[in-house]
Amino acid sequence: MDTKVTQLDKQETLATNGNDRPSVYKVNDLNLWYGDDHALKDINLDIKKNEVTAIIGPSGCGKSTFIKTLNRMVELVPSVRTNGEILYHDRNIFDKDYQVEELRTSVGMVFQQPNPFPKSIYDNIAYGPRVHGVTSKKVLDEIIERSLRGAAIWDEVKDRLNENAYGLSGGQQQRLCIARTLAIEPDVILMDEPTSALDPISTLKVEELVQELKTDYSIIIVTHNMQQAARVSDKTAFFLNGEVVEYDQTDRIFSNPSDKRTEDYISGRFG
Amino acid sequence: MNSQTNGSVRELIKKNRQKKHSVKNVMERIMPIVLFMCAFVSVVTTIGIILTLVLETEHFFEKVPFSQFFGSTNWYPLNSQPEYGIWPLVVGTLEITVIAMLVAVPIGLTSAIYLSEYASDKMRRILKPILEILAGVPTIVFGFFALTYVTPFLEKLIPGLAIYNALSPGIVVGIMIIPMIASISEDAMSSVPKKIRDGALALGSTRLEVATKVVVPAALSGIIASIVLGISRAIGETMIVTIAGGSNPTAAIDPLEPVQTMTAYIVQVALGDAGYGTVEYYSIYAVGTLLFVFTLAMNLLANWITRRFREEY
Amino acid sequence: MALPEKQPVDKKFIDPAAVKQSISKRLVVNRFTKSIFLMGLLFGLVVLAVLITGVLRDGIGYLSLDFLQNFPSRRPERAGIYPALMGSIWLMVMIIPMIFLIGVGSAIYLEEYAKKGRMTSFIEVNISNLAGVPSIVFGLLGLTFFVRNMSLGSTLISGALTLGLMSLPVVIVSSQEAIRAVPQAMRHASLALGASKWQTTYKVVLPASLPGIITGIILSVSRAIGETAPLIMVGAAIFIARAPSGFFSEFTALPIQIYNWTSRPQEEFQYLASAGIIVLMVILIAMNSVAIWIRNKYSKRY
Repeated sequence: MDTKVTQLDKQETLATNGNDRPSVYKVNDLNLWYGDDHALKDINLDIKKNEVTAIIGPSGCGKSTFIKTLNRMVELVPSVRTNGEILYHDRNIFDKDYQVEELRTSVGMVFQQPNPFPKSIYDNIAYGPRVHGVTSKKVLDEIIERSLRGAAIWDEVKDRLNENAYGLSGGQQQRLCIARTLAIEPDVILMDEPTSALDPISTLKVEELVQELKTDYSIIIVTHNMQQAARVSDKTAFFLNGEVVEYDQTDRIFSNPSDKRTEDYISGRFG
Repeated sequence: MNSQTNGSVRELIKKNRQKKHSVKNVMERIMPIVLFMCAFVSVVTTIGIILTLVLETEHFFEKVPFSQFFGSTNWYPLNSQPEYGIWPLVVGTLEITVIAMLVAVPIGLTSAIYLSEYASDKMRRILKPILEILAGVPTIVFGFFALTYVTPFLEKLIPGLAIYNALSPGIVVGIMIIPMIASISEDAMSSVPKKIRDGALALGSTRLEVATKVVVPAALSGIIASIVLGISRAIGETMIVTIAGGSNPTAAIDPLEPVQTMTAYIVQVALGDAGYGTVEYYSIYAVGTLLFVFTLAMNLLANWITRRFREEY
Repeated sequence: MALPEKQPVDKKFIDPAAVKQSISKRLVVNRFTKSIFLMGLLFGLVVLAVLITGVLRDGIGYLSLDFLQNFPSRRPERAGIYPALMGSIWLMVMIIPMIFLIGVGSAIYLEEYAKKGRMTSFIEVNISNLAGVPSIVFGLLGLTFFVRNMSLGSTLISGALTLGLMSLPVVIVSSQEAIRAVPQAMRHASLALGASKWQTTYKVVLPASLPGIITGIILSVSRAIGETAPLIMVGAAIFIARAPSGFFSEFTALPIQIYNWTSRPQEEFQYLASAGIIVLMVILIAMNSVAIWIRNKYSKRY
């Protein structure tokens, strides 16, 4: 226990020393249970603005649970319980008066499987703004073009905006989902293994997109693909059995990890 | 692209959120209650049915002793000395039910086995909708069918068959139930996994052996449930027996003679001129209560069978 | 098959010759029973064919525009089904909004809002049992509650409320299935965009499940329209010479009119009944076709 805490302190120092960007998320002593299953244990992380933060770890390590906690989607699981705090721009998202809808409007999410609505491409993108009261056709048209361009899919779909989104390929669907998230202009984008259902070429496109997006957004991406983490992220957190083993600059994690378990994992010895 | 809205959507949304806060919150709070009230309508319906039956039946038993209702074998509501012994109606109902099940069970099950074990996809696509159409035929049409087609046909085979009899409506009630037994049983059989079938076939079983020794035993709970539900439907069926069964409450069992079922009696009174508040009027609630109890018992039994013996693959 | 040489045994448990012999017998039995099973299945088809051809043969001669526009009459050649047809259409128009609102509301509550618990499972068990209650018992409920206690009389509104309550369980169950078929990912996508629960339900779940819901409603309404017994109980008139003019009109309906004709001894009225059945069946088949068309058009979209 003691050794772990000191280790974490050290990592945090290292991570914060890396740059002096402002934080978007400060996670303090976060614990989470599914019923009796202790899924996240004493998580402490400081996530910076306009960076790509990758979360890696073997299946079942809690990385997906963690990212879903950041926009409180995890609460859809009935038996879930949390303690500790997650400060989003210095405000605890678990506060009683913090509405989840407000949080999720600023924190977008892209899921493992592309999940467009069974509506037209246009209506998919317009869904978020409409839900939040944007009704002007002119404004919507503009949002849609900008979001689709932002997700690098505009040229592929601009002539068939009124067609059903399920006519698109898997990779296109996923970029459409990213565009849908961009349409509400979030501040943070959470990506939960966004390329796990995609072919290599689509994966590459999404990865390039992530790089472009980071100038305007803070991105947190869960991936079980270590090359992907190395390619796209500025910082990487390694999760194991619900704990953060190591959190540091990505190049340091991959070149010179300070924890033996991290080294084992990235060199493919387990997971 | 870089017009006035650029970068302001976030602001726009924020403003809208503040503006629409109240309306949205009201919906968020009101809808669960409204929806719950919708769901509660069905509970209220059940309460209404039970209340109706119990209260009005109570009036009946204020005038007719319990012992007569369950003890007597005479149902003479129209006599100057009326007698209300339920047995003739129960016997009539059971007679129809037994005949119906004798038709529906073998035909329903063989249809189900054929659809699930032998039929090609193409055949299934043609035959299943036909069963669905049969299931959608209104009972009044079946009643008409029983009286004007089945009874004359049976008369040719069985001389001395009364115009109104138990046999013809019994057969037609059975026909009505075939699709139900067939489709529920077929669902149960189709959900037996292919790997189990393949296993039996690989041991050299014929299709028939797979069906009778593997699939049917595995799907037995669903099959039995379908039969129990069929019985419930036969007991509650009204128009076919009203039209073709006659109105002769008798405790004697003869399928060639007219009968009266519980349901047919209720219709007879409803169409007659029994005044509100008379014993005859209240008698339909007593009969209705018994009918409700019978069918409810059957439905609960079917539910229990499917839940208790659910197959885990 | 090298095994017996290594380990000589006196007797093999399975004798290939006997198996070979029995196989041909088993195959014959298999083929024989297969044709028996097929005959069972075809029985339903034959009945349907006899029913349809018989009704068409007897009734088609009486079917005309006049038949649709005339009032019932003692004289068969002048009799028509106008009031009954109108009564059935009125019933349909009244039942649909009722079962749509309450049925879909119940289904949404049970699938989206209800917490798993005693209350919810009580409601669900109650609904499934209600689905098995004979229609005539609903008729008794309608007679007591709507006709007498609420003093609505033997009017359209009493008939529609009775048939509506009768259809409700099936509508709820089929709507629940349609709602359950909407992938969880759709809800998550909407919630992650900051939509509220009701917004998600109303704007994502409901539109996606609507084809399934509508199919279920059409099928239930077509069942309700063919029902006779509950309408007899609430006192739908056997003989009426006026088309209904409003919710509180006395009324008759197609099945009632058919019943009326069926129960008359003269042969001509049997033909009228056949003609009435043709009209009723055409309406029902049309509704079912629409339902099947919707089901096929919108199935497998995810």
